[in-house]
Amino acid sequence: MYHQAIFDEPNILDLKGRRTIKIPHEDEKFKIDVPAIMRRQTTGIGDREEFSIIRHYVKLSEMNFGADSGFYPLGSCTMKYNPKINDEIASLEGFRMIHPLQSSNEVQGALKLLYELTESLKKITGMDAITLQPLAGASGEFTGLSIVRDYFECTKQIDCRREVVVPDSAHGSNPASSRMAGFDVVQIPSTSDGTVDMQKFKEAVTEKTAAFMITNPNTLGIFEDKIVEMANYAHSRGALLYYDGANLNGIMTKTTPAKMGFDIVHLNLHKTFSTPHGGGGPGAGPVGVVEKLKDFLPYPQVTFDGTKYHCDYIPPKTIGKVASFYGNFGVLVRAWTYIKMMGEDGLRDACDTAVLNSNYMRKKMQEFMPVPGKAIKKHEFVASSMGANMPKAGDIAKHLIDNGVHAPTIYFPLIVPEALMIEPTESATKSEMDLFIETVRQTLKLPHETFEKEPVNLKVTRIDDVDASKNPRPSLRLVREQREPLQQVI
Amino acid sequence: MSGDLSELLKELKIQSTDELFKDIPESIRTKTLGLPKGMDEDEVRRVAGEYAGMNKTVNQSHSFLGFGLYNHFVPAAIANVVNRNEFLTAYTPYQAEISQGIMQALFEYQSLVAELLEMDAVNSSMYDVSTSLGEAARMAKNITGKDEFIVPKYISRNKRAVLENYAKGAEIKIKEVNLDENGMIDLTSLRKELTDDTCGVYVEYPNMFGIIDTNVSKIKEIIGDERIFVAGINPISLGVLAPPGKFGVDIAIGEGQVLGLGLNFGGPVVGIFGTKEQYIRKMPGKIMGITKDHNGKVAYSMILQTREQHIRRERAVTNMTSNQALMAIASAVYLSLLGDSGLRKIGEVNMGRTKELIEIVNEFGITMPYQASPVFNEFLIRLNESKTFVARIAKKYNLIPGYMLGKEYGFNDRNKSNIVVNVTERNTDDDFNAFREFLREVA
Repeated sequence: MYHQAIFDEPNILDLKGRRTIKIPHEDEKFKIDVPAIMRRQTTGIGDREEFSIIRHYVKLSEMNFGADSGFYPLGSCTMKYNPKINDEIASLEGFRMIHPLQSSNEVQGALKLLYELTESLKKITGMDAITLQPLAGASGEFTGLSIVRDYFECTKQIDCRREVVVPDSAHGSNPASSRMAGFDVVQIPSTSDGTVDMQKFKEAVTEKTAAFMITNPNTLGIFEDKIVEMANYAHSRGALLYYDGANLNGIMTKTTPAKMGFDIVHLNLHKTFSTPHGGGGPGAGPVGVVEKLKDFLPYPQVTFDGTKYHCDYIPPKTIGKVASFYGNFGVLVRAWTYIKMMGEDGLRDACDTAVLNSNYMRKKMQEFMPVPGKAIKKHEFVASSMGANMPKAGDIAKHLIDNGVHAPTIYFPLIVPEALMIEPTESATKSEMDLFIETVRQTLKLPHETFEKEPVNLKVTRIDDVDASKNPRPSLRLVREQREPLQQVI
Repeated sequence: MSGDLSELLKELKIQSTDELFKDIPESIRTKTLGLPKGMDEDEVRRVAGEYAGMNKTVNQSHSFLGFGLYNHFVPAAIANVVNRNEFLTAYTPYQAEISQGIMQALFEYQSLVAELLEMDAVNSSMYDVSTSLGEAARMAKNITGKDEFIVPKYISRNKRAVLENYAKGAEIKIKEVNLDENGMIDLTSLRKELTDDTCGVYVEYPNMFGIIDTNVSKIKEIIGDERIFVAGINPISLGVLAPPGKFGVDIAIGEGQVLGLGLNFGGPVVGIFGTKEQYIRKMPGKIMGITKDHNGKVAYSMILQTREQHIRRERAVTNMTSNQALMAIASAVYLSLLGDSGLRKIGEVNMGRTKELIEIVNEFGITMPYQASPVFNEFLIRLNESKTFVARIAKKYNLIPGYMLGKEYGFNDRNKSNIVVNVTERNTDDDFNAFREFLREVA
């Protein structure tokens, strides 16, 4: 069983010592002239030794759980194993020590890699053009929806096309990104089998619709098999179709967003293409578009003239930029490495295995708890503890982590009460899945008072959410300024 | 399929995984994508090594190229910490009790940066400084309900382009204010540009030309409490330069790349974003907070999640989900390694070495449009030679003299070259000598 370490580790600001790291030109004296009003004497961050710092972070890392610590079945997050070769390639000096404003002659290798990644993603999605600039999935959504907006502006329809239609099972970032790009959001309900309600869909998609935004497989892990009908209908109303690629792992190589009828796609390289999540980021959210939208992509685009790579192409109707430079290059290198290593057969095998694992778990768990929606799932499924006398999803999650099994995503999608959203990915053995299933099964039998005090085996027990939201303390500085009682225990 | 997999198939009573995809209509099935066969590790190493070898690194030339991304020294300890598997391969810490390590690490990042900025609250990262600026403009509109945002005429086009994109979606109008003869924000024209619709004003120090704009100390008084003052800082300068908190700044942003992240062809980097306590609930991004658990023990949690997309959906303060958490931790490692004395030292080295290069520039009587103004580690020079000529001479000395400004910044004279030169602690005397030889031919 997984046991996490427990340390009472002070805040790094309270580790006091002397600086051991040497800075270039350390021993030279410099006389600098900072205007009086701009001068600073001290920063208040203190000094400490390198060895204290490393010991500190080693302890913190031992109080954390990553995909390398064990089975990590977070639904919609695709916590697959991140091959170590990815990191090795990204750390090559020839990739690390180059500046994005260098002349393109000096960075041909980097541009070649970006160009190849673009070409691979075009094949995987069926799209006609790709930008690698967006820095995360939501950044990709914002890019895609900005393209939608500028496209309708260009075709002089933007004044009447103000709406983006999303299913109620959508990731929360979909409506948020729509809003950020300037659209109103229209939400449509799902049917009892977990797919889009066609009747409601047809009512919602009108000449006011700019785009219909959906992930397929959806967040219940169900393939929306009416997707072609939806695409045709949306197109007939003049709307564009947006593919949220968060769940691409469930269909990769089996079909493409292009074949389904989508016009715009964003991918999450930190999900489907095995780049590490880093505790929240960096990710990468490339966006692909069909021919008629490619002039709207962010600039610059990498091009190839047959002998040389260039990075100064500005698409004529570009939306502008969504990031300072070319995107999260270090992440892009890792995704390039992954695709090179996997090849088409490897990607197909990853999808097959992920879906097989998911269906195996779904079948086993169905024996003791409801799994709403159609039987056949893709890469993930949602179980629900809404059955009689079952514990709350939140309690199940806490019991799991207390017993060495990482919890799934909970309370999402919002349309399923007491949702446990489970995505095993291809990186799981049968015994790992069986342990998870068995632990959940046992959890459901426990008397509810068991959960009140849990977790007990971890660094802390449940967080005092009332205090956390009533007294937000985002820095040690603020805590100490406020001279609150909490200070005494820090 | 072997072992585990065939057992799973048996459990599902199916022959092959094809049966799990039969709900995908035949008409949209893919036969083949046309991707090549997979490689083994040794092959991919060889190919990647070849591509990496096609790049000329900044270590292979005398580089003075900065302009938003800087060639600073990267301590070895940083890679060691961020490559700890438990950090590297973790997801966003939604299960707080099993993720206290990374939550503490991110809270420490926020705390270190809050000290550096002298601001109350810092989020646990934005994507980069350009998106920090875009979000700052949106936040200013959110707070004030007004929709004009003022920026200096000279900020990098990258920042400007991203800002415009964010502004367009939020229906914010961008207005410009010029620089004065010292390259600082022109306070007279700023006063003129302010209207009842102004939601915020953005000023940088050091600015695009490296100038330490002393006018930042007067901005808050001019724009008043009803408008949001957004300041752009360079975090590596804050060991020697006054923090934004000292000037009444409402939102402080900066590019955290300088804090030990290296170049990486421009990413991943990290956007710094800090604000005053009163605006915490309007701040975008994930925020770690210190609180207690039910036993009264100190604990970390992701606070104010009701601002965020997974709960608030279209009414969320931002769509941001993934951020640059690992890069935030890298910056925290950097800040703790350098500490107070190291930050002061590195600030002095950058300023001091820059001053030394300026003295060389002066030896040749080269025009510096803002000669009289103090700079941090970047400065503008103007050569009376065409860009092509300058580039040719630079190449001769294996030198990147800096970033050449073009017509996108209004520098249209074909017989002049305007270059923003950056000096960091990594530049050696050899680099300086190459620069001197270059100047000898272009002066």
